[in-house]
Amino acid sequence: MATRLHHKLKTFRIGGVHPEENKLSGQVPIVPLPLPKMVTIPIAQHIGAPAKITVQRGDTVKTGQIIAVHEGFVSSNIHSSVSGKVGIIEQVMDSSGFKHTAISIRVKGDDWEEYIDRSDTLVEEIEADAKEIVSRIMEAGVVGMGGAAFPSHVKLSVPEGKHVDHLLINGVECEPYLTADHRLMIEKPREIIVGIKILMRALGVKKAIIGIENNKRDAIETFEGLLKEESGISVEPLEVQYPQGGEKQLIQALLNREVPSGGLPADAGAIVHNVGTTYAVYQAVQKKKPLIERVVTVTGKSVKQPSNFLVRIGTPVIDLLIAAGGVPEDTGKIVSGGPMMGKAIADLDVPVAKGTSGILLIPKEESMRAEIYNCLHCGKCIEACPMGLEPYRLLLMSKKGNSEKAKEEHILDCIECGSCSFVCPSNRPILDYIRLGKTELRKTKKP
Amino acid sequence: MNQIIVYTVIILTGIGILAAVVIYFVSRKFAVQEDTRVSAVESVLPNTNCGGCGQPGCHAFAMAVVNAGDLSALHCPVGGNAVMKQVADILGITAVEKDPYIAVVRCSGSFEYRKKTNIYDGTGSCKIAAALYSGDTACSYGCLGMGDCVEVCDFEAMYMDEKTGLPVIIEDKCTACNACVKECPKDILELWPKGKKNQRIYVACLNEEKGSTARKECAVACSGCSKCFEACRYDAITMTNSLAAIDPDKCKLCMECVDTCDVHNIITANVTPEKIQQANEQRLKREERERKKREAEKLAAQQNGNETTPQA
Repeated sequence: MATRLHHKLKTFRIGGVHPEENKLSGQVPIVPLPLPKMVTIPIAQHIGAPAKITVQRGDTVKTGQIIAVHEGFVSSNIHSSVSGKVGIIEQVMDSSGFKHTAISIRVKGDDWEEYIDRSDTLVEEIEADAKEIVSRIMEAGVVGMGGAAFPSHVKLSVPEGKHVDHLLINGVECEPYLTADHRLMIEKPREIIVGIKILMRALGVKKAIIGIENNKRDAIETFEGLLKEESGISVEPLEVQYPQGGEKQLIQALLNREVPSGGLPADAGAIVHNVGTTYAVYQAVQKKKPLIERVVTVTGKSVKQPSNFLVRIGTPVIDLLIAAGGVPEDTGKIVSGGPMMGKAIADLDVPVAKGTSGILLIPKEESMRAEIYNCLHCGKCIEACPMGLEPYRLLLMSKKGNSEKAKEEHILDCIECGSCSFVCPSNRPILDYIRLGKTELRKTKKP
Repeated sequence: MNQIIVYTVIILTGIGILAAVVIYFVSRKFAVQEDTRVSAVESVLPNTNCGGCGQPGCHAFAMAVVNAGDLSALHCPVGGNAVMKQVADILGITAVEKDPYIAVVRCSGSFEYRKKTNIYDGTGSCKIAAALYSGDTACSYGCLGMGDCVEVCDFEAMYMDEKTGLPVIIEDKCTACNACVKECPKDILELWPKGKKNQRIYVACLNEEKGSTARKECAVACSGCSKCFEACRYDAITMTNSLAAIDPDKCKLCMECVDTCDVHNIITANVTPEKIQQANEQRLKREERERKKREAEKLAAQQNGNETTPQA
């Protein structure tokens, strides 16, 4: 450790900000949340086509039973996270803020599918070959658990003509407040390492690097201890800087390579998976357990017990809030995700989805937007942008409806990290307009 | 001293005359030959450059008209038939009459009927809010009420009603330029034929949820009860996804459907209450007649049935 202190930590090259870390629940162990009375499982929890429902109202389902199958390659299976009776299937508001079709299941007991290995024993021997690994991951409905929820089997199928030599494991968790990945790394490091080996075999790569922000020293040391004898897998502490956990930023920090504009990480010879996803991969391949639960951080400055819960997918957010000591009086906004990229939810019955990493309760005085002033042309947003864009100009272009020009200025490269809005001294809604511009461009693409 | 002034005046005058001569010849040589009809047409157009005709502006419209030499596909909604007649006269072609249109607001979810379920605190633009989430009320189809439409209106024909939170269209000023229709992210605004005697009728709801859900979301939502659909004698009303819609081309403005709506959300313009009442009475009488007729038929069928094929 002493040797680490005098050499500079790795980080991405341009931009970035450093918001207050506020990791209130970093030392709180993961606790399984009691089973809810009812779950609502959306069929579109992932990027890509929504899954096709295979159950009907009145059916009895077991925990882990498939209830919606993937449609097309970029899609994901959905499993029942509880046992019980299928209720109404209708449009329900989810954490995206829009209504999507969801299957509600009234919980009765906890009757698991027999083939799932529920024990805690570590299975280190990997029997499956690359092809089987990918198919098992696809079967288990594993998606990226960092937030974007991109189907993992798609990431593991590297397009032809692209050479991948590194697997990067994202343990950065650069969003303030969130600690779900942090706790997982401390409590399940061995499982994560097996998961990494599985992913390495699936991709056929020899090297894997776990990137962890330096504010999680305990996690870094845990992995360093466990990986002493392992060759090929290493841990890299990273500078505490937002958005270190952005896929492109992580590749730049760890490998010093740049993903070309509009390209994929595979173009830079790397595939990035989140630690949560890696753990889910371990469970899917070694334990045949589908992705039906995840760690969710419930936190906030006034929350009584900031916690990390192991939650079944589809549990209403209100259950988590009650378990964490209720909603404090001064709550102004309840956000799904972190404070930087998360989205305020409009309804407490919103279900936890595969991509829900945290529920954040923001006090009133911090939650509301400040008054907007004119642009000073100070250039702070340009300095902060990790993608090297000119956010204030993109705002103007989007506002004027000139999305074609904005496209020329690489608006589509924006990763929506919100650093520009965070630093703006005039409180300008830069990201809002950039998102609008991106939405308009996507609209015009359609026939 | 005087000499300097004299020389300066002479030199500058010389340059001026020289430049004038050069410019004269250059302008002759490189003169842009524009059809005189273009400027003639342009002079009769409203010159608001609103883009309602689908062209980038009035000049472009004038050029398009002159080039096309046919008015079937080109129409200035702002000027209307009067202006198009003038244009046709200039070009010596026949004018094509088109029914005047007006924008209508297809949402009645005022503050009173559609309670807020959350507070939107983001940027005050419907477009941004619509890209973020389904809205600050339970209804995900309704008006967001931040007035993007009012902002784009070049004719001051709209304003936001502070009591209802909905946009209002001023009939005399709306030119049907389509700007608000294009701007609205929820497609609440729609161009509607102005109608005979300026009378028109439309369903002011776009909520496609099932009846019970829709009514929970908004007290005046269309629940898809189909009463208006059944009342219509001209097949002008269609029901899709628990939502009634009136086809203005088929509608004969008989107003018989208006009173069938439980929540009075079939909106009429410039129709007297008396006419609606009359229409309603007419409908009730007709329905009564039909009912009696049906009963008589049923009775006759029953008797017939009893005589020929007795059924269990």
